[in-house]
Amino acid sequence: MTQVTMTVNGRTASGEVEGRTLLSSFLRDHLSLTGTHVGCDTAQCGACMVHVNGEAVKSCNMLAMEANGAEVATIEGQAAPDGTLNTIQQAFQDHHGLQCGFCTPGMVMSAAALLKDNPKPTEAEVRAHLEGNICRCTGYHNIVKAIMAASGQDVGAIAAE
Amino acid sequence: MYNFDYEQPSTIADAVAALGAEDAQALGGGQTLIPTMKQRLASPSKLVSLAAIPEMKGVCAEDGAVSIGGGTTHATVAAEAGAHYPALADLASHIGDPAVRNRGTCGGSLANNDPSACYPAAALGSGATIVTNAREIAADDYFQGMFTTALDEGEIVTSVRFPIPEAANYQKFVQPASRFALVGVYVAKYADGVRVAVTGASEDGVFRWSEAEEALNKNFSGDALMDLSINPANMIGDLHGSKEYRAHLVGVMTKRAVAACG
Repeated sequence: MTQVTMTVNGRTASGEVEGRTLLSSFLRDHLSLTGTHVGCDTAQCGACMVHVNGEAVKSCNMLAMEANGAEVATIEGQAAPDGTLNTIQQAFQDHHGLQCGFCTPGMVMSAAALLKDNPKPTEAEVRAHLEGNICRCTGYHNIVKAIMAASGQDVGAIAAE
Repeated sequence: MYNFDYEQPSTIADAVAALGAEDAQALGGGQTLIPTMKQRLASPSKLVSLAAIPEMKGVCAEDGAVSIGGGTTHATVAAEAGAHYPALADLASHIGDPAVRNRGTCGGSLANNDPSACYPAAALGSGATIVTNAREIAADDYFQGMFTTALDEGEIVTSVRFPIPEAANYQKFVQPASRFALVGVYVAKYADGVRVAVTGASEDGVFRWSEAEEALNKNFSGDALMDLSINPANMIGDLHGSKEYRAHLVGVMTKRAVAACG
């Protein structure tokens, strides 16, 4: 077992891990941050998406030791301490950008990474960016709508196809 | 996944030393290796991460070539190589999905040599030089069949030098579930000739389509390819596409790539 230390949502977090401990396992099982969901565990569905040093990664496909010393952001750090949702989360609520909600933490983290690099994406860019996030309810239209709305764009014209 | 020891050296020399251990394996971005280990198809005793080696990172242009550090992520190549070699940046920007591109590396992809990966097509199609800790290997000698390369045990791809062509384009027919190439064709036109590299199609991994190269050297247009066909015998046939389908796609994607070269 080896000690790892990283900053998670602004707080220092340490733990003893094995070489094979995944970042997703460290977050969920060691830090009890179960908002990061493990869907496929094969790096395809994106439910486990978090940010490591500002970049979106699939935490089921990264070792905890690879994140040693890194800045990690998870869904738990997105809302304000008093529970006020951030812009993206609020847009997901306003536009019903979720059905069962299982993929939502990954969708929100993915959207945050997109809007950081591309504050006003086109609908096509949003859809292309979500290539690695799978919604098992197939609720993509409202997810795309929510992300467009979170970027401050008028989504009145975006209708379900 | 079976357990293993983990090391994260900060120099190439230390990485090579760490890889001297029995059953040690280099870890690039882990986007193939970690899933493979989860399925217990690989069980190294030790993983040596190459992620913290500054001398293996970055994109730089020099003497008509662009050099990509072996530890450079696809996202970085997509963002930084475009000014020097647009077709290469475009290829990198369509590998996997955004999160995969933030972790996966150029050196990792070439060391793995997945028969459906994109980078082998770029390296072979560009006549790139694979630079390792020990030597330089021409792309024509480097790829030796599915998941097989000229790399020795413990040898690391430290950088890859891609000569910049007059024109180039990569056309990928995406397998929709995996985002790997069902068939991908890389066409690059150099002063001394055209190179055509095909990935995703052959049981032998990436290969050069020499008949197409000869035809395109005489006439660089899709019309030059009209009478050519690929023998389906050595093509991959699976539930995503038959041998014949892939052989047909090679022709179609080559024509598209030539057309896109302008």
